[in-house]
Amino acid sequence: MRELSLHILDVLENSLEAGASKVTLTIEEDLTADRLTIAIADDGRGMDAEIVSRALDPFFTTRTTRHVGLGLPLFAAAARRCNGDLTVESTLGEGTTVRATFQHSHIDRAPLGDIRNSVLSFLLATRPVDLHYIHRINDRQFEFNTEDVRAELGDIPLSHPAVREWLSEFVAEGERGIATDSDR
Amino acid sequence: MPKVKSLEDLKRIREEAQKDLKVRLETGTTITVGMGTCGIAAGARDTMHAILEELHKREIDAHVATVGCIGMCSKEPLVDIEQAGYPRITYANVHPDMVPRIIEEHLIKGNVVQEWVFGRVARD
Repeated sequence: MRELSLHILDVLENSLEAGASKVTLTIEEDLTADRLTIAIADDGRGMDAEIVSRALDPFFTTRTTRHVGLGLPLFAAAARRCNGDLTVESTLGEGTTVRATFQHSHIDRAPLGDIRNSVLSFLLATRPVDLHYIHRINDRQFEFNTEDVRAELGDIPLSHPAVREWLSEFVAEGERGIATDSDR
Repeated sequence: MPKVKSLEDLKRIREEAQKDLKVRLETGTTITVGMGTCGIAAGARDTMHAILEELHKREIDAHVATVGCIGMCSKEPLVDIEQAGYPRITYANVHPDMVPRIIEEHLIKGNVVQEWVFGRVARD
C-alpha cells in the first residue's frame, strides 16, 4: 500500500467486519521523538488468544471467501521496516486494538496520504458505525467524534449527500489546520 | 481565512435533508464500492472519491456506500449500481478514469456500459 491511510482504512474495515459500533482512531506524530503512532481501537467481537497469535500470519484468515488475510501482515511489514512494530491486543467480546509505530523520518515510511478519503470511505459503510478521530502533530490536535455529528443530524444518515460533503470538507479543514510543511 | 465548519451547519443540513429523505430512500440510486484489503490495494478508495466528485460535479443525488470483500479480489475495484426497478449491475476493475463514463452513460442516459459489466442481479 502506498499510503499509511490505506492501511488505516483496511484496519477500520476489519473493525466493521468484527461488528464494532464505535472505533477510536488515534494518529500521533511526535516529531521531537521522531515517532509516528497509529492506534485503532474498536468495540467489536474481539478475538481469543489463539486467533490473535495468528492474526499477523498472511495465510490465516477467519473468512471463507478466500484463503489469505493480508491486511494486518502488510501493515506490520510496513511498520517493521521503519524501525517500528505492530501489535494486536484483543479481548473476546470486548474489542480489539491495533497499534502500529514508525520512525517518523524513516526513508521507507510511506506518507500518511489521503486520510480524509480513508475516513470518509469508512463512514460510508453500509452499517452505521461511530468514529472518534484524533490526529496530533506535536502539540497541535484535530479531533472529532461522529457521535456529536449524529446528535445534530437525528435520523439523517452520515451517507446523505449533503452530510458526506460536509464531513469531507470538515476533515479537510481540520487536517489543514494542524499540518505544517515539514510533516509530509 | 474561511470560517471553520461547525456542527451548527448540520442543523441546516438536517432540516433540508428531512424534506427529501423519504423520497431518496424509496426511489434513489445506490452505488456500492468494495472496500476490503483487495479493493483498497487495487485503488477502491480513489475510485470512490472519483464517484463522489463526479456526482457532485453533475449534481446527482445518489447514495454511496462501501462494503467488504466478496471474494472476487481480482476484479476489484468492484462497483455496484442499484436503481429502483432495474437489475443491480456490477462493474469490475473500475479505475477512477472510468467513473465519468459510467456516471454519464448509466446514471444520466440510462445505458449500462456493457463492456465493463462483470455481472447483474435481477430484482425479484
